Amino acid sequence: MTDTEVVDTTAPAPGPTATRRRRVDLRERPQLWLVPTVFVVVVLAWEYGTRLLDVDEYVLPRPSQIVEALHRQLTDEQFWGHFWVTTQEALLGFAIGVGAAVLLGTFISQIKVVEATLMPYIVAFQTVPKVALAPLFVLWFGFGLTSKVVMAAVISFFPMLVNVIEGLRAADADRIQMLTVFGASRAQIFRMVRLPSALPFIFAGLDIGIVFAILGAVVGEFIGAKEGLGYLLLQTNYNFDIAGMFAVLVVLSVMGLVAHFVIRLLQRRLAFWAEDTKVIGA
Amino acid sequence: MAIKAMGRRTQQPATVSEDSWIEVAGLDKQYRPRRSAPTQALHDINLTVRRGEFISVVGPSGCGKTTLLKILAGLSPKTAGTVRIAGTEVVRPLREVGMVFQAPTLLPWRTIFDNVMVPAEIQKLDPARHRARAQELLDMVGLTGFERKYPHELSGGMQQRAGICRALVHDPAVLLMDEPFGALDAMTREYMNVELLRIWRESGQTAVLVTHSIPEAVFLSDRVVVLSPRPGRIAEILTIDLDRPRDLGVMSSDRAGVYVDRIRRHFNAAGVID
Repeated sequence: MTDTEVVDTTAPAPGPTATRRRRVDLRERPQLWLVPTVFVVVVLAWEYGTRLLDVDEYVLPRPSQIVEALHRQLTDEQFWGHFWVTTQEALLGFAIGVGAAVLLGTFISQIKVVEATLMPYIVAFQTVPKVALAPLFVLWFGFGLTSKVVMAAVISFFPMLVNVIEGLRAADADRIQMLTVFGASRAQIFRMVRLPSALPFIFAGLDIGIVFAILGAVVGEFIGAKEGLGYLLLQTNYNFDIAGMFAVLVVLSVMGLVAHFVIRLLQRRLAFWAEDTKVIGA
Repeated sequence: MAIKAMGRRTQQPATVSEDSWIEVAGLDKQYRPRRSAPTQALHDINLTVRRGEFISVVGPSGCGKTTLLKILAGLSPKTAGTVRIAGTEVVRPLREVGMVFQAPTLLPWRTIFDNVMVPAEIQKLDPARHRARAQELLDMVGLTGFERKYPHELSGGMQQRAGICRALVHDPAVLLMDEPFGALDAMTREYMNVELLRIWRESGQTAVLVTHSIPEAVFLSDRVVVLSPRPGRIAEILTIDLDRPRDLGVMSSDRAGVYVDRIRRHFNAAGVID
């Protein structure tokens, strides 16, 4: 038997070729230097533009002032208290929302009548701006942790639900037929084909869900809270500490980015066969 | 290996004759679409296949040859008649059947080895023994060293060979193949034909192959079943009297040429060129 049919998947050998490869990489993927360049250009323009035009720092603080405020925040113990509160709310809400969505989505997609009955309601609920429910949740669950967790859960629930249902439906008919020929039961077909087929969709749901959960927690804190990054945002705003506000925004963005990359990493590990499955938004 | 494969199948009723391992009698198949007239896909198919025999089914496109195979696989209900495999009436997929599909249909999240193990896993067969069998089959088709690779890392031909291993891992009584090499280029296809003959010889399965290619059918089979255009009826069953083991050289012999011509004439008479 010859090996001529083998698709070559081995990586090029490291060593003297490594530097040349990097140069080729830069030419083939210009984003590697374009992305940081754009960042530097925008920050510089912002910094010197605001100086030149003499923009009031209460309107738009300069990047250097934001960095200063950020440093002040990060060395402040109270800030980390707010940070952990929001992190907790977001993660807890995310876990609950996503877990419920997986369970309900699986149940719905298994029984046709249930799916046909519930789908219109799901679509209808999806169009409700969940953020608008925040005052209601504060009224129901108080100023503490619970109302924010509920907000985060509700807001991350729907994109996940839609992805789970769509994912379980996406299983390839030929693969199901193949398992059927070999005598597979419904449960075996679910475990061996439907669930793995849904995995890329589930990760898409997780990816949107985690960002939404942070959003939900912050919005909940806007409505009524005594701690958390959303509360801190309002406080800095009342105190005209606009640079401090921007610093909190930076922290929130970094939180979202880290969460996104963690999920991406897990996806590459667990759903390695499918890159870039289309994402269904909320 | 052939002896081992046969020794394991002892649970079928004692009345089953080796000469009618697959028995198709008076088989009719109609499709009844909801809003249009029913179409007759197969009509009055009668066919008996000996144990260990290699049968090919050829016919113009749309003659129902894939339908026939799906009925044998228990995937499609029949309208009338009886279909038995190893004495068991086929009404749902039988565990005694292995199937190779038009596309390799491997699961991309499983390694080649775990793909081959799928039927053994589904049927909850002894893992140790079937792992050994899977390895044996992979070695036999030349996929040694690719066990831990994923399907996308293999060429189409290699994937299809893995698909053949999967169809054989649970030592089925019957191997069904639905145009398994249709997607391969001509060179790989010829090579796979030789491979298939070798695997079949070593594993001793009763094989039913559906194909578009007349030379392929002649080269591989003991008998070739020629179906007429829709509704599919058996136009002729041709016994291919060529010595085994065969190699590709056999195809340039006069006798093989006569068989190919004879089958082709059915196609031409029907006004369809394959």
